[in-house]
Amino acid sequence: MGMRPVAEFVRVRADMPPGHIRTPAYLRGKVGVIERTLGPFPNPEQLAYRHTGTPLPLHRVRFTMQEIWGPQTETPHDTLEAEIYAHWLDPADAP
Amino acid sequence: MTDNIPPFDGRRWHDMGGDTAQAVPKDQHDFSLWEKRVDALMILCSAKGHFTVDGLRRVLEDMPPESFETMTYYERWIASIGQNLVEAGVLTPAEIGQRMSEIQTRGATYGDATRG
Amino acid sequence: MPHDHMSPSGHPFRADDDVPLSYWQAMEIAVRELLIEKGVTTAAEIASQIDAMDARSPANGAQVVARIWTDPAFRAAMLQDASAATAAMGFDIGPMKLIAVENTDTLHNVVVCTLCSCYPRNLLGLPPDWYKSRAYRSRTVREPRAVLAEFGVTLPDNTEVRVHDSTADMRYIVIPTRPAGTDGWSRDDLARLVTRDSMIGTGRAKSPEGLAGTDRPT
Repeated sequence: MGMRPVAEFVRVRADMPPGHIRTPAYLRGKVGVIERTLGPFPNPEQLAYRHTGTPLPLHRVRFTMQEIWGPQTETPHDTLEAEIYAHWLDPADAP
Repeated sequence: MTDNIPPFDGRRWHDMGGDTAQAVPKDQHDFSLWEKRVDALMILCSAKGHFTVDGLRRVLEDMPPESFETMTYYERWIASIGQNLVEAGVLTPAEIGQRMSEIQTRGATYGDATRG
Repeated sequence: MPHDHMSPSGHPFRADDDVPLSYWQAMEIAVRELLIEKGVTTAAEIASQIDAMDARSPANGAQVVARIWTDPAFRAAMLQDASAATAAMGFDIGPMKLIAVENTDTLHNVVVCTLCSCYPRNLLGLPPDWYKSRAYRSRTVREPRAVLAEFGVTLPDNTEVRVHDSTADMRYIVIPTRPAGTDGWSRDDLARLVTRDSMIGTGRAKSPEGLAGTDRPT
C-alpha cells in the first residue's frame, strides 16, 4: 500500500437512489481524501438483487468531522474513514 | 399528507449514521441455540452460493422501520433468509408455510418443536 | 424449567427454548429441516458451523495483539495484510478481509457499522449486543468522544479520534496501545490485558493493575 505521493481528493456523489446502497447518506456530497484503494470487489448494488456484480475499485476515504458535520461538531479535526465504491466518487478539489 | 412529516428524501431507516439517539445500552444476552442456528444457516447458504450477504441485507433494509424495534436481530435474519431462499428457487412459500403449521403442532416450546 | 438434556447435535438446550414457540422460531425449524431434506446442508454441517463460530472469541484477537506488541515483523505483516497475517498465525478467519488500525499516543481508532453491524466476527466471534444497537450505530460517527466517554474512555483534544465505518468489504480490528509497566511480559500474560472492547476501540487494554492479583505476573 504505502503513502500516495499526492493527496487525491474525491467528493461522494450526492445521489439518493432507491435500493440497496453501501454509501451512507451522511457522507453524500462530502469531500475526503483517498487513504488507500482496495479491490476490485463485485458491486453489492447488483449482488443484492442476484445479479453478477461488476468488479469495482473500493476506496477507503478519509474525511474530517468538520467536513461531514460542519464547524460546530464535537471535535472538528477528528477524522472518519469509510469504504466507498468507485462509482460513487467524483474528483474534487481540497475542501 | 400530514403537515409534520417531512417529505421522503431517499434516506432509509437502516442508514442511521449521524442520527441522535439515547445512551448506548450495555445489556448483553447469551445467544440461544435457535439464534446460533439462524447464523449458521446464513453462513452455509452464502458459502454454497444460494444467495449473498448483500441479498440478506437488502431484504432486512426493505422491512418496515419499526421492525428494528419489534423484531430481534435473528428474527429479522430468518425472515430475510427465508425470502432469499424463495427468490433463489430453493424453497417455496407453500413448503415453508405447511412445514411451519406442522411444527406448531409438535409442542408449545422451541425445545419441544425442534428436531436435530 | 430449563431442560437439562442435550440436543442430538450435542448442544445443550437453553432456558430460552422453554418459552412459547414463536413464529420466527418455527420458521427457523422449517427452513432448517427443508434445507436438510433437499440436501442443501446437513444437521452435522450446521452443528459444525455453530461449533466453529463458538470457538471464535476475543481471546483470538488478544493473541494477535500481544504478538504485535512483541514481534516487529509480525506487526509489519499485520499492518500490511491483516487477513494473511492472522491466517498464517493459525486462525480460521474464512473469507474475511481484515484491516488492522493501530492506536498511538496521538491517534485513537474506533470501529462502527452504521448501515448494519459488520464486525470482525471470524476472528473475535459474534459482536456484543450494543455494537448492533441503534444508539451505537447512529451516534459513533457524529459524536465519537461522547460515545467513548460512556465506555469510560476519555481522550485529550490533541489525540485524534478516527472512526472507521465498516461500509463495505473490509472488517477492522483496533490494535490498542501497550500498557505501561509491561516490559518483559510474556505474550500470554500480555494477551490477558487485551479486552474485546479495546479491539473495537471502545476500550483500552487493561493496565497491569487491572488484572486480578493472582493473574498478575511477578
